[in-house]
Amino acid sequence: MADPRVQVQGLTKVFGPTLALDGVDLRVDPGEVVALLGPNGAGKTTLLKLLATALKPSAGGGQVLGEDLLKGRERIRRRIGMISHNHHLYDDLTALENLQFAAAMRGMRVTRGAIDKALGEVGLEGQAHGKLRTFSTGMKRRLVIGKMLLFAPELLFLDEPHNTLDQAAIALLDGYVASVAARGGAAIVATHNLSRAYGMADRFVLIRDGAVTWCARKDGLTLEMLRDLYARHAEGPEPVEGWR
Amino acid sequence: MSAVGDVMRRTWAMTRKDVTVELRARERVNAMLFFAALVLFIFNFALGPDREKLREVAPGLLWLAFLFTGMLGLGRSFQAERENDCFEELLLTPGDRESIYFGKLAGNVLFMVMAEGLILPLFGILYNLDVWGALPSLALVALLGTVGFSTIGTLLAAMTAHLRAREVMLPLLLFPLTVPVILGSVRATEAILSGGGLGGVSHWLKLLAGFDVIFLVACPLAFEFVLEE
Amino acid sequence: MERATRFAPSFGAAAAVMLAVGLYLGLVAAPPDAVMGDVQRIMYLHVPSIVTAYVAFFIVFCASVLFLWRRNLGFDAVAVSSAEIGVVFCGITLATGSIWGKSTWGVWWTWDARLTLTAILFTIYVGYLMLRSFAEDPQAGARYGAVLAILGFLDIPLNHFAVYWWRTLHQPSSLLRPGGPSVARPMLVPLLVNMLGMVLLYTYFLLRRVQLEQRRHLILEGRLRRGRRG
Repeated sequence: MADPRVQVQGLTKVFGPTLALDGVDLRVDPGEVVALLGPNGAGKTTLLKLLATALKPSAGGGQVLGEDLLKGRERIRRRIGMISHNHHLYDDLTALENLQFAAAMRGMRVTRGAIDKALGEVGLEGQAHGKLRTFSTGMKRRLVIGKMLLFAPELLFLDEPHNTLDQAAIALLDGYVASVAARGGAAIVATHNLSRAYGMADRFVLIRDGAVTWCARKDGLTLEMLRDLYARHAEGPEPVEGWR
Repeated sequence: MSAVGDVMRRTWAMTRKDVTVELRARERVNAMLFFAALVLFIFNFALGPDREKLREVAPGLLWLAFLFTGMLGLGRSFQAERENDCFEELLLTPGDRESIYFGKLAGNVLFMVMAEGLILPLFGILYNLDVWGALPSLALVALLGTVGFSTIGTLLAAMTAHLRAREVMLPLLLFPLTVPVILGSVRATEAILSGGGLGGVSHWLKLLAGFDVIFLVACPLAFEFVLEE
Repeated sequence: MERATRFAPSFGAAAAVMLAVGLYLGLVAAPPDAVMGDVQRIMYLHVPSIVTAYVAFFIVFCASVLFLWRRNLGFDAVAVSSAEIGVVFCGITLATGSIWGKSTWGVWWTWDARLTLTAILFTIYVGYLMLRSFAEDPQAGARYGAVLAILGFLDIPLNHFAVYWWRTLHQPSSLLRPGGPSVARPMLVPLLVNMLGMVLLYTYFLLRRVQLEQRRHLILEGRLRRGRRG
């Protein structure tokens, strides 16, 4: 059994008087796509950011991609990719310049050919010199996926990635995530879109008020059952200790 | 050493990106130049036509124009990063934090020097002062002062980018810390414009250079703590 | 740190004694100044205040460095406490300096070196406290404050040179030379006693304020713990 891609215990994050995340344990194995479900403000984004080393935990720790979460942050950053609803791109640069900048900041040299190939694979061929301001949200998200193709991360973090995407872009995204998982990597997707989560994930983890309420595998679970579970535990009153 | 090479490449990438963004959006440079011209005109109206009085305060006026214009530019230096959460992207990018700082610093110095390059002749024309004769010395002082101002300014701009009332906080924090730069630059400029040359103000130049060196070392090291979450 | 705060009352008592003695000596027993008369006695408040303000800032600096190195919130508590007290002493310095100036030269403010430097230190203090309070996340505020304190500390010697050179070139016959006026012997003792007394007073306030900060942390932690589900 290969080493888990993520293995963390007791992750806690405090922002001043607010407890955003309260002792979360998570394990993600190679090839898994895990969906983080939960209402707004539950702590899904905070958990993603903690695992992606964008935030430091107030308590807890573990390993991401075999590197210590607190001590191996540089090495973790080299091997992960984050796709969030804010696309982290510069509006005044062209698609090509954005990718070149991102590569240069990573210390990578990418040829024009490699960039064109990546653009082609995400349906943006010929758009290299298009200014990002003129791109639609879908095109920007495609560009982010193109960026991922260049950097080939082993672990993906996605934060509400399906918002305002058209069907083709959604298919592209799901396909890319599946390909990363198929190669032995993994992905963690935070979303409140249950049908999309059902479509792409192997395991579902419900987070409420900063803690994991339950988690379930997809085998034997239909979308209706998932919706029902979610409605009861995420939107209902204080949940009972759920089944795992 | 490849590590140094990496830092330089990343710094260059950041500076190049900032310049490209600025050339396209033209937000900063336009605002800076317009503001500088405005300041120079208003000084004239505020201080009256007395030529002798203007000559006395000229070095101070020049630096007021430089510094307020520089402030404007510094305040916008992380604007592009604030949009679209690019700050987070910088956090997620592997690599040293110092190069991000140096890249931003180089861009800020570049823009401020560009603005100064346009303010100076305008100043000479509007106030009938001969700035061409002593241009090399003026350029040296301007560079030392600009670098000093920008070292702390870039760091504080990053810090205040996330803050409430950031337009107020940046000058409030920046000016007390850069008093040595202000005093040194104005005194040295005064010596140059009155025809004295730089010999008599070598202690000021040393202070400016010392300031620059100290903060060129301290600020990039501190940048790490400002950037992390 | 927790153990140190137990000594607060002793510091408070020592400060009270020192200041009582010092103020008596300075305001009553010491001879009036040959030139300025009784007004000069304000020096016994003014000089110790500025010394304490600088000591306080040095502590802010040390605590900031230790905080960034060790990330122990106790150090941050010391930093913010020292800054809050230091800014008050700095304000006292400015006020007494201003009063002294008004009585001696008839002006509420002079741009002499010492007052100017004190004013700059005051703005750095205020900037530090404002920076901390404007940060949404207290952890970020602590980090930003620490960085600012370190920059400020590095800046102070540069400020000193700059301001003194500025003043001496403009006012060749300045009353307050960089070394300060040489102090006559009978005035030296009350001055030193008051200085020690003020530093002890500062220490007392510091320990009390740190205690307050520690209790605040405990309350926050308690709230968080209660908020967690069992």
